[in-house]
Amino acid sequence: MPKVIRINMTDLSVRTDEAPEAWGGLGGRALTSTVVAAEVPPTCHPLGPNNKLVFAPGLLSGTAAGNAGRMSAGAKSPLTGTIKESNAGGTCGRMLGRLDIKAIIIEGQPASTDTWYQIRISGEGVVIEPEAETVGMNNFAVLESVARRYGEDKGVITIGSAGENLMMISNISTRDPEGKLRSFGRGGLGAVMGSKRIKFITIDQEGTRPVPLVDSAAFKAANMVFTKALKDHPVSGQGLPTYGTAVLVNILHEIGGLPTRNFTSGQCEHHDMISGEHMYDTIVARGGEPTHGCSLGCVIQCSQVYNDKDGNYLTSGFEYETIWAYGADCLIDNLDLIAECDNVMDDLGVDSIETPVMFGVAMEAGLLKFGDGTEVLRMLREEIGKATPLGRILGGGTGHVGKTYGVARVPVVKNQAIPAYDPRSVKGIGVTYATTTQGADHTAGYAVATNVLNVGGKVDPLSNEGQVELSRNLQIATAAIDSTGLCLFIAFPALDIAECLPATVDMLNARFGTKLTMDDVVGLGKTVLKLEHEFNLAAGIGPEQDRLPEFFELEAIAPHNVKWDMEQKELASFWNF
Amino acid sequence: MVMWVTVKLFATFRENRFKEARREYPPGTTVADVATGLEIDHDLIGMIFIHGRAAELDRVLEEGDVLALFPLLGGG
Repeated sequence: MPKVIRINMTDLSVRTDEAPEAWGGLGGRALTSTVVAAEVPPTCHPLGPNNKLVFAPGLLSGTAAGNAGRMSAGAKSPLTGTIKESNAGGTCGRMLGRLDIKAIIIEGQPASTDTWYQIRISGEGVVIEPEAETVGMNNFAVLESVARRYGEDKGVITIGSAGENLMMISNISTRDPEGKLRSFGRGGLGAVMGSKRIKFITIDQEGTRPVPLVDSAAFKAANMVFTKALKDHPVSGQGLPTYGTAVLVNILHEIGGLPTRNFTSGQCEHHDMISGEHMYDTIVARGGEPTHGCSLGCVIQCSQVYNDKDGNYLTSGFEYETIWAYGADCLIDNLDLIAECDNVMDDLGVDSIETPVMFGVAMEAGLLKFGDGTEVLRMLREEIGKATPLGRILGGGTGHVGKTYGVARVPVVKNQAIPAYDPRSVKGIGVTYATTTQGADHTAGYAVATNVLNVGGKVDPLSNEGQVELSRNLQIATAAIDSTGLCLFIAFPALDIAECLPATVDMLNARFGTKLTMDDVVGLGKTVLKLEHEFNLAAGIGPEQDRLPEFFELEAIAPHNVKWDMEQKELASFWNF
Repeated sequence: MVMWVTVKLFATFRENRFKEARREYPPGTTVADVATGLEIDHDLIGMIFIHGRAAELDRVLEEGDVLALFPLLGGG
């Protein structure tokens, strides 16, 4: 029977229960959000004892399904005050699936802040021990320490100094198959883990066993159809493996949707210097790896290893959003400097969207100059990394820095930084930013696909027409995908290749012996969104916060000279389902 | 009579071609004609933008147009 592990940090007790029957069809986001909605008082302080931090592998985690390596983390977010789900690759989701652990629920917090703890989870049980060696260390040093003390093959979930210092920009990191880092990036979840005084969690794969499949022949057949779709579609089969997500830089520049200089233009002069094409050429010239996966069983391999000019490792998992934010929003025209920032952010354990968007606002405030990547690096290491008073201001995130320095142009929704697509020129993604339960988040309903990339049909990005419906359908589908452990990028083939999504439903049925239909899966997505929405309403995050910052309505953006002009009433219709 | 069009190519379309070029075409030239002239398989074209607005293969180009051709790509 699948297990649920409850770890109480108030009295350092552990309880392992059989998973309730009602959770049978839930995994990933569906499960973290169900637990948070049911067990966390919506009005609680996110860093207090009543918040819970929930980890859940997806429904297909641990199986041989392609691209099923994602795991979800959930809690009430200290950044947004909303419910939060953030998912990442790495090795832990697969291990938890194979240990038949459906969720790890971390509750309470120690009365004293004197002691930090480590938690070790294996097939034998759970050990909680005081931890001293890694306290104050950043993530790469934590990985080294854990490997030395407990072995190279452990799954690791860790916070860096930013999480220890309870910063709103902090994330939770997890070890990938190569011993580098992946992140549960958004919403300040590192601070939630820090508030529970947990420095790291290890998962031991010893004693794991193959996930039982009710119909293994049917599973294998469906997985073949699914994997073929991933390989056949030009986006998942060619574009992403070659150029990574940074291929979007030139596309968004071309259509005027690349937010530049703290969201004051939609185009960036030095776009080619920070493009996926340039990154690919640089990686190949320096002996890096353009094609690389974040988890075992990844077919798409959108990640990469980026070396410095001497051929030494500089960073991996170098994403469009990070490159956009430093490259265009902060005007840093040097990809090597941006790669170094990426690596330092991984090490400190800070969100690579919130942090650079915050720097864009700090630049507008005059704290540092636009384009000054060297000063960004100094501030990351010396201010945020050392939690100086300035570092704590910066570590409060985009909205916090905007308030502290009196900046009016602050790109946040529900206090979370707006990512790499300008909502004035890609209006569908604006609907997602405004309405998602998560605070501004492009992945929640990636309307860019249909507005710009011609995937899943075409909807004019500059017109308001059809955008609410598009965003709604995508948000429902995304909530369902986020519950399976599948990578969201399977949506590209799923939107275009008819057999792809039914194959995922077939895999679920073969895994559990269920008779789910596509309608059931869509129903799951709707249920997840609604229970997240209910939580937010009860937390005091109502419809008046389902909106974009005012400056998008006041300032037209080049080159199309467009403003955000969607009626609030139309946005509110999002929830009519 | 001729017209000048700026053609921008991206991702794999740049291989053995160019990033950006100002090129001469006869009036009446369509996006499809440009692609054919560059030996770009029409089926591989994922996105067409003229002055940053989406366009179709049969669009007739005008003097001074900036045409961008991308294969089908994605990210996020």
